[in-house]
Amino acid sequence: METAIKAINLTKRYGNFTAVDHINFEVYYGEVFAFLGPNGAGKTTTIKMLTTVTRPTDGTAIVGGYDIVKQPAKVREIIGTVPQEYTSDEDLTGWENLMLVAALYGIPKREARERAAELLDMVELSYAADRRVETYSGGMRRRLEIAMGLINRPVILFLDEPTLGLDAQTRAAIWDYVYRLRKQYGMTIFMTTHYLEEADKYAERIAIIDHGKILAIGTPKELKEKVGGDVVTIEVNGDVNTARKVVEGIDGVTGVTVSNNVITFKVRNGGTAAPVILEALNKLSIRATSITIKEPTMDEVFLEFTGKRLRDEESSTEEFMRFRRTVARARR
Amino acid sequence: MDMVVKLHPLHGLWALTNRELAKWYKVPVILIISLIQPIVWLAFFGKSMNFATMFTSGLNIPGLNIPKQVIDEIASEILKANFGTTDYFSFLAVGMLSFITLFTSLQSGMSIVWDRRLGVLSKLLTTPVPRGNIVMAKVLNSVIRSLVQATIVLVIAILLGMKLNPGLTPLDIVGAYVALTLMSMGFASIFVTLALRSTSWESQMAIMNLLNMPLMFASNSFYPVKSMPWWLKPVAYVNPLTYVNDINRQLLLGVTGLNLLMDFAYLITFAVIFSLIGIVLSWRYLSET
Ligand SMILES: Nc1ncnc2c1ncn2[C@@H]1O[C@H](COP(=O)(O)OP(=O)(O)OP(=O)(O)O)[C@@H](O)[C@H]1O
Ligand SMILES: [Mg+2]
Repeated sequence: METAIKAINLTKRYGNFTAVDHINFEVYYGEVFAFLGPNGAGKTTTIKMLTTVTRPTDGTAIVGGYDIVKQPAKVREIIGTVPQEYTSDEDLTGWENLMLVAALYGIPKREARERAAELLDMVELSYAADRRVETYSGGMRRRLEIAMGLINRPVILFLDEPTLGLDAQTRAAIWDYVYRLRKQYGMTIFMTTHYLEEADKYAERIAIIDHGKILAIGTPKELKEKVGGDVVTIEVNGDVNTARKVVEGIDGVTGVTVSNNVITFKVRNGGTAAPVILEALNKLSIRATSITIKEPTMDEVFLEFTGKRLRDEESSTEEFMRFRRTVARARR
Repeated sequence: MDMVVKLHPLHGLWALTNRELAKWYKVPVILIISLIQPIVWLAFFGKSMNFATMFTSGLNIPGLNIPKQVIDEIASEILKANFGTTDYFSFLAVGMLSFITLFTSLQSGMSIVWDRRLGVLSKLLTTPVPRGNIVMAKVLNSVIRSLVQATIVLVIAILLGMKLNPGLTPLDIVGAYVALTLMSMGFASIFVTLALRSTSWESQMAIMNLLNMPLMFASNSFYPVKSMPWWLKPVAYVNPLTYVNDINRQLLLGVTGLNLLMDFAYLITFAVIFSLIGIVLSWRYLSET
């Protein structure tokens, strides 16, 4: 597969502080790629460099075949962006904002009207199209931002926390549409998110980033396997210690613990390991009364790589409120 | 992208200008408020400082029996020698055209600061619109606003008794507008350029307030350069306002002044140099660091 984005030692320093530290990664055409990381990890800074808003201090990236440092104008023509902060003009209506952005991409008026109507319909803002953006709620503004990012039908779409502060229903609706568009136009999507389950569910590959460095890259499944695979819990009726020895004798089993008559362990693939274990136990006339196989959650993956827990809803809402306050301050 | 659009160099310029203008004509209150100051100057100052009547009404020096006609003659000659006309109100009215243009142009820096603070700028920067056009849209907006406001001030001045040159031709009016356009371009470019990196509207406001009055009073807007102290004269001759007023008084009032061609040459240089500086610096400094 060809690469839509290829970062080569991409670096951004602010004074002595390195926000993004020589990162390398590739995003393939047509895939949904997510940056997952805690506050201040360097996600937004990376997106800003990839979307040519800010220049890298060192290194570069190829976006859609163009070098972000040498051919920024070319890059801008083929990308769409939904930045983390609000970017619509509050004094204009939603419709006017869309038409303005369309004009900046050189989309002919007629075509722009059609697309704007379609996009407003998709984000369910048609009813508010002629209202000043100032009167929109946070969720409405975010939906408008997404529509604005899609108006040029980009080859590569950058979404920086696209569903931040939205309710579950709207989040699902937006992902649904983004996926439909992706199918229709073969769009590549680069996104950052705080929502672990969103990354898990919608991203084909994930990069975990912290302190400006990429700690791991892979499909959600691969990342979970790297953490050590599934957690299996078996409750036995019989000699627990014999059972433990049986379990420990199975290939790939790690971290065996026993409490009362419950054995817990990790194994790369719980689904195939379980029958083998049950059979071995059966031979020794030890009966398993219950067995559960749990895939590791993204939360555990995240903890493993960053040493931190990402408290989903909470941190994002907090972030969102902080952001709202910033805007309120700027407006005074 | 399903279609390849060929983007011309001015692409997005009008869309961005229109965005700014839309904010303006949607809220006419702003227009009205910005017109108050020049009109107050005209009505209060222009009508009160009527030098012609000051000299003639009730000027009666004891012991000397000077005929009124002589005093009138002397007064009007003095006025002519200084202002180029006996009609101070019309003299000031022309000054007010550049006054409103200056004030409008100085504000153009503010809007780029707001665009940065409210995030609009970061959106513009991800689109293929040339950076120079983001700057020039602000300048163009300022020019259009200035001309509309100057027209309103001119009409009000005429209603209040401004006397235009009886031999006025359409070309004279075009010339006056060109002068105002050039001045607005130059000043708007300077202030947009100063604001390219700024996120503080307070500092922008401070620069505005610091400069508007000195620029007004170090020009021939209120009084002729001749009557200035020697140290102020060179400043007035650098100040573009002086040339705009000189052109407009010659064209609109028919008074004599400096060489018109030189006036225009000065203003064109002023406008072109600062527009170019604005465009060139925008490539480098509009993006985030
Ligand atoms: N203009 C700037 N000047 C100085 N430091 C900056 C600037 N922009 C970002 N930083 C710093 O760079 C680091 C990375 O910021 P960035 O916005 O990329 O984080 P992020 O991963 O997007 O975080 P969040 O989840 O909070 O959005 C932060 O420590 C931030 O303070
Ligand atoms: Mg961020």
